[in-house]
Amino acid sequence: MIRAFAQIRSLRPMVAGRALYSSAAAPATSQYPGAIGSPYTKDLAFVDGNAPLPTYRVMDRAGKILDEAQIPAELAGENLVSVYKQMVQLNMMDKILYDAQRQGRISFYMTNYGEEASHFGSAAALTLDDHIFSQYREAGVLMHRGFTLDDFMNQCYSNALDPGKGRQMPVHYGSRALNFQTISSPLATQLPQAAGAAYALKRAGKESVVMCYFGEGAASEGDFHAALNVASTTNCPVIFFCRNNGFAISTPSSEQYKGDGIGGRGPAYGIHTIRVDGNDIFAVFNATKEARRLALEKNRPVVIEAMTYRAGHHSTSDDSSAYRPREEVADWQTKDNPITRVRGYLESMNLWNDELEVEHQKETRAKIVDSFARAEKQPKPPIAELFTDVYDEPTPLLKAQQKEMLEMLAKYPNAYPVGNYATELPDNRHNAVDKKFI
Amino acid sequence: MSLLSRAQAFGLSSVARLAAARSFSSAAAAITPNPSITSSGVVIADSNLLVKDEAAVFDNPELAHIENRETVRLNLFQSVNNALSTALETDESAIIFGEDVQFGGVFRCTIDLADKFGKDRVFNTPLCEQGIAGFGIGAAAMGATAIAEIQFADYIFPAFDQLVNEAAKYRYRSGGMFDVGGLTVRTPCGAIGHGGHYHSQSPEAFFTHCAGIKVVMPRSPIQTKGLLLAAIRDKNPVVFLEPKLLYRAAVEPVPVADYELPLGKAEVLRKGKDVTVVGWGSQMYVLEAAADMAREQLGVEVELIDLRTISPWDVDTIEASVNKTGRLIVSHEAPLTSGFAAEISSTILERCFLRLEAPIQRVCGWDTPFPLIFEPYYVPDKLRNFEAIKKVMDF
Repeated sequence: MIRAFAQIRSLRPMVAGRALYSSAAAPATSQYPGAIGSPYTKDLAFVDGNAPLPTYRVMDRAGKILDEAQIPAELAGENLVSVYKQMVQLNMMDKILYDAQRQGRISFYMTNYGEEASHFGSAAALTLDDHIFSQYREAGVLMHRGFTLDDFMNQCYSNALDPGKGRQMPVHYGSRALNFQTISSPLATQLPQAAGAAYALKRAGKESVVMCYFGEGAASEGDFHAALNVASTTNCPVIFFCRNNGFAISTPSSEQYKGDGIGGRGPAYGIHTIRVDGNDIFAVFNATKEARRLALEKNRPVVIEAMTYRAGHHSTSDDSSAYRPREEVADWQTKDNPITRVRGYLESMNLWNDELEVEHQKETRAKIVDSFARAEKQPKPPIAELFTDVYDEPTPLLKAQQKEMLEMLAKYPNAYPVGNYATELPDNRHNAVDKKFI
Repeated sequence: MSLLSRAQAFGLSSVARLAAARSFSSAAAAITPNPSITSSGVVIADSNLLVKDEAAVFDNPELAHIENRETVRLNLFQSVNNALSTALETDESAIIFGEDVQFGGVFRCTIDLADKFGKDRVFNTPLCEQGIAGFGIGAAAMGATAIAEIQFADYIFPAFDQLVNEAAKYRYRSGGMFDVGGLTVRTPCGAIGHGGHYHSQSPEAFFTHCAGIKVVMPRSPIQTKGLLLAAIRDKNPVVFLEPKLLYRAAVEPVPVADYELPLGKAEVLRKGKDVTVVGWGSQMYVLEAAADMAREQLGVEVELIDLRTISPWDVDTIEASVNKTGRLIVSHEAPLTSGFAAEISSTILERCFLRLEAPIQRVCGWDTPFPLIFEPYYVPDKLRNFEAIKKVMDF
C-alpha cells in the first residue's frame, strides 16, 4: 500500500497538467506544487513579520482634508449633511437606549460610540442589492439602509412588531427588505456564511457583493480562517470589513494577536487588502467603493481593516473602566471622534453650524423619544409564537408541546404575565418579503 | 484531518480509488454485489431487506405512484450519485462542495458530477469543516440549494457550532424572515470493521438534541435516493448520514425516475405480533438477522421497524406497534448513554405504559470511544439483540 501511495504521488504533477523538469537545466524557482515560483536561496533566513500596512486616510483627526480630490461626490455637500444627521441620530439613540437599559426598561444594549464613520462610510458605498452579514456593532449600516427608529425600538423591546418575534436579545437586528441578515451572537460564524452567500450570488449572475462586518476579536475565531481561505480559493465577491477598535470586551488587541493587525493576514490568503482610518468617513467610503469594484470585477474577496477605538463600554453588562483609564476613553471621544471630524469639515464648508446642531438634536431627540414610547406600549408577540419557525412546519411533537403549554396557561391564568402578550401577530408587522434572493 | 488519506483506512489505496473511479465512469454501471459483512458476520447481500427482483420494487406502496417503471442496479454510493445528479439536473441553483468531491469523492459518491455539471457546481473546498458548513449556510440563506459533504461523520464536530447555533436556529431567530432550508449536509457514518475512533462514529444523537435540524439515515439504495432527494428539497437543514458499510455492500434495482420518500416516516419492514424492534441504517441488517434467529429458535414474531428519519421521529408508528406487541427493543451502534434509544424508550414508556409487558431494552454500543481491535465486542451484534428478544419474551 505504501508503494502504491508513492506511485500515485509521483503522478500528481501530471494530474495537475504539469510535467516535472521539462528541461535539463535546474529550475531557479520552486517546482513544489505547494509553492510554485518561490525563488531558491542559499541564505538561511527566517522571515520575521512584514512592515506594517499603511493606514489610508483622507482627513486628519481635526477634520482637515489631506487631498481635496479624494472627497467622494456621493459624500459631498448636502449628501454629507444628511449622513451627518444620521450619525448624530445613531449617537443619540444609543444614549437613550443605553439609559433605558440602565432603568431596566430593556434587558440589554450595545452602543456604537466611536465607530459611526465605519458604519456610514461603508454603507454609503454599497447598494441595497448588496447583502450584509454583520456582528452586532453595525447599527449605522442598517440606519443608512433605511431601518427606522421604530424598527430599532421594536426589536430592542421584543414587541409584537419585531420581525424577529421577540426571540433574540436586543440589538440582534435583521431585515429581509434591506438585505441585512439577522444578527446572531456566536462570533465570526457569519464570515464563512458571507463567502457562501457571495458564491451563490455570483452563480446567479447578480451584480451584488456580500459585505461582512466583524471585530478584531472575532478574527481570532477559526471561522475567520475558514472564511478567508474558502472565499479566496472559490473566488467569492465578498468584502470582509474588520472593525479593529482595540478591544474585545476587556482584551486589548496586544493580547489578541502579535502580527500586523487583521489586515496583515489578508495577503497571506491571497486577498486584496487595505487598512483605513476608521474614524475618517471619506477614507472608509473610498476603500469600500473600490473594494466593491474589485470584488465584482475580479470575483475575488477583499479585506478592509478599519482602525478605530471603541469609545463606549463593550455592552450594558460591562464597565470598561475596570480595564482601561477613563481619560483614554475621554480623549478618543473628544480629540479623535468620527462625528466631530465630519462636523468640523461641514462647518469649514459653511454647511453646518451651532444653530443647526441644536435644532437637529432637539428634533431628533423628540423623534427618538416618540418612537421609544410607541415601542414600549406595544404588546409582546403571541405566546404561541414560541413554537413556530423552528421548522417550516411545526412537527407533531412541537404541536403537542404547544398544546401542553397552553393548557398550563388555562389552568394557572394568574401565574404568568399573559396580559402583556398579543393574541395574534399585528398586520403591520414588518414581515418577510415574498421573494427569493436568487 | 487524518494523517494520510482517510479512505486508505478502508483498504482502498489511492491507486485503487483512481482505477475504480475510472471504471465506474457511469453511476448506472452494473456491478457485482460485494459480499461485505457487518462486524458481527451478517452478510448484507443476503438480506431480504434488499429488494432483489425488479418487479418487486414497485410493490412498495411508497413507490407505486412512479410511472416510469425502469430500474437500474445500483449500490448505495451509486444511488447517492444518482440522487445528486437528479438534484443538479432539476435545480439550477444546486451546488455540491466539500473535501475531494470534485474528482469523485473518497467514496465515489460524486463521480462524474463535476464533468457533467461544471466545476462551478461541484467543487473542492479547503480542508475545513466549519468553513464547509458555514459556506453552505450562506449559500442557502440566499435561496440556493447547498449540498455539503463532510468526509466522515467523525469530522463533523468542527462544524457543530455552525450546524447547531446557526443552521438550526436561522429561521427561528429571524422570525421566519430568513432560512437555510436549502442546506443538506451529507456524511458517511457508522462501523466499517476497522475504522477505529475516527472512521466509525454515529453522531446522530448529538444532532437530535438540536431543534431546527432534521436527521436522516437510509438503509438501502432505493431508500437512499428517495430520502436524499427529499432531504435536499426539504425546506429545513438536514444532516444526512450515509452508512459507509453499505456503500458497496448493498445493491438494489433503483427506479430511474425522480422520486422522493417521506421524511419523518418510519417504515415497517416486517410485521410481527410479539416484539417491536426499532433501528436505522446498517443496524437494520443486524436486527433482521436477530429477528430470523428469534423466529427459528424461539418461534417469536418480531415487528421490525426502520426509523429512517431520526429527527423529527415517527412516534405514531412506533407507538402503534408497541401497543400491539407490548414489547420494545431499540438498537443503535452509537453509545448507550443519551443515545437516541433513550429518547424513544422514554417516550414509548409515557405513551404505552399500560400495554408494556416487559421493560424496554436498549441494545447499543458501549459507553466507550469506538475501539479498533475490539470492534466485534463493541457493536450491538445479532446475539446481543437475540438475547434482548429472549429477555423481553421471558419476562
